[in-house]
Amino acid sequence: MNKPLMHFLKTIANSARDLAPIAFVICFFQIFVLKQPIPNMDEIVVGSIFVVVGLTFFIYGLEMGLFPIGESMAFAFARKGNVIWLLIFAFALGFGTTVAEPALIAVSKKAARIAAQGGVIEVTDTAINMYAQGLKFTVAFSVGLAAVIGVLRIIKGWSIQWIIMGGYILVVIMTMIAPKEIIGIAYDSGGVTTSTITVPLMTALGIGLASSIKGRNPMLDGFGLIALASLTPMIFVMAYGMTY
Amino acid sequence: MTEILNWLNEFALTLLHTITDVLPIVVIIFGFQFFVIRKKIHNLKRVLIGFVYVIIGLALFLQGLEDALFPVGKMMANQLTSIDFILQSAGALDQSIEFHWSQYYWVYIFAFSIGFSTTIAEPSLLAVAIKANEVSGGSIGIWGLRIAVAIGVAVGISLGSWRIVTGLPLHWFIISGYIIVVIQTFFSPKLIIPLAYDSGGVTTSTVTVPIVAALGIGLAAKVPGRSELLDGFGLIAFASLFPIISVLAYAQLSEWYGKRQNKETEQSNV
Repeated sequence: MNKPLMHFLKTIANSARDLAPIAFVICFFQIFVLKQPIPNMDEIVVGSIFVVVGLTFFIYGLEMGLFPIGESMAFAFARKGNVIWLLIFAFALGFGTTVAEPALIAVSKKAARIAAQGGVIEVTDTAINMYAQGLKFTVAFSVGLAAVIGVLRIIKGWSIQWIIMGGYILVVIMTMIAPKEIIGIAYDSGGVTTSTITVPLMTALGIGLASSIKGRNPMLDGFGLIALASLTPMIFVMAYGMTY
Repeated sequence: MTEILNWLNEFALTLLHTITDVLPIVVIIFGFQFFVIRKKIHNLKRVLIGFVYVIIGLALFLQGLEDALFPVGKMMANQLTSIDFILQSAGALDQSIEFHWSQYYWVYIFAFSIGFSTTIAEPSLLAVAIKANEVSGGSIGIWGLRIAVAIGVAVGISLGSWRIVTGLPLHWFIISGYIIVVIQTFFSPKLIIPLAYDSGGVTTSTVTVPIVAALGIGLAAKVPGRSELLDGFGLIAFASLFPIISVLAYAQLSEWYGKRQNKETEQSNV
């Protein structure tokens, strides 16, 4: 048998194995706990096949396209030595990938409804929309800023733990003074910003930079961008809640 | 025949959504490539095919989840949190039994197992695990990292569900979690720290968020005394904090185990 086909079949088998635990959990609870038949069995089987094939293509494409381009751009920027452009690129990447994130759009709409219910803003469509839009751009800005800080950190070789701990202290202080209603959304917004495409791209960028700058260790300096991108939104969303 | 047409229609919509998601990234990457770096992309054709694969793969993946997983997952979250089911599993035949958080035990078990299994299927975690394995020269196993993260998410989500049921303030848990992370950071092997911090953010994406959000909202809407809008949040925060703790713990344990083994071989050599 030829090699690419074998590789493809192997990837498919891996994807199927990755999804097997979910199928098992759902069947177990449906049959033994809820004691109900599984509805629309045929749809579920067909859907699962799509999930498996989709995951296979995604991982394939990642290794062919996203990873190499992320790293080659990091190398090119490092060789050029133009820090300003690199930082602009990092900001654009963070901001651009977050502003279009569907999960973020859903969360900001929900936050706006809570604010309206709590009497923070007027209960009109325009007020709610304004609030949601503002929140969305605030989060996107904070992710862009996180990418800038993260790239600067790699260039300068600052250690990540001090930055993260500083961030934690800020989160704790903000939690004490921010309005109570915003805290839950603020904490969750850290998790929803990092999407399936942002994560591989940011990781490739960080590792590419850390391996092309002399004196940096890809393990020690390459990771950390995602951590920052899930920390800054918490701080900025609470700040947003306070200014209203 | 109409079913297939309907499906194709839906898939076209998902594909369109995925393309609009990926488009800003493509514009930024190629914009910078052509106007700032001004260099030809090595293997351009391969990279472009890779992007097409990513888009098609993601669209198929999302469509499949939408068709198969999400409806069942959400329905189950709804049923498991319903008052009837809780009373039934608590062994009460009439409605007079007093409310207690332990009656929700199936919810915690469900939260744990669905948190674990969706994290194993999370594509962005797999991507980071592949990179970490490559960069560490193989000393960080792909499966070791994925399982460590999945355990963290599982513990986080079940603890988060318990918090919604009891109504304890969210920030107590998160701040205590931070304190644990800070203490662990001082005692963990240095090389793992950045990766552990990152693993907090990668866990919560395409597969985990919708099912976990349904669980949180279901709980908050049905537990007496909770408000859907105020208490439904927080599960994602738990799911992004606890993997940091579990990955650091995994690194600490394997370092400790390695040291012990070294000692034993030294002793046996003597």
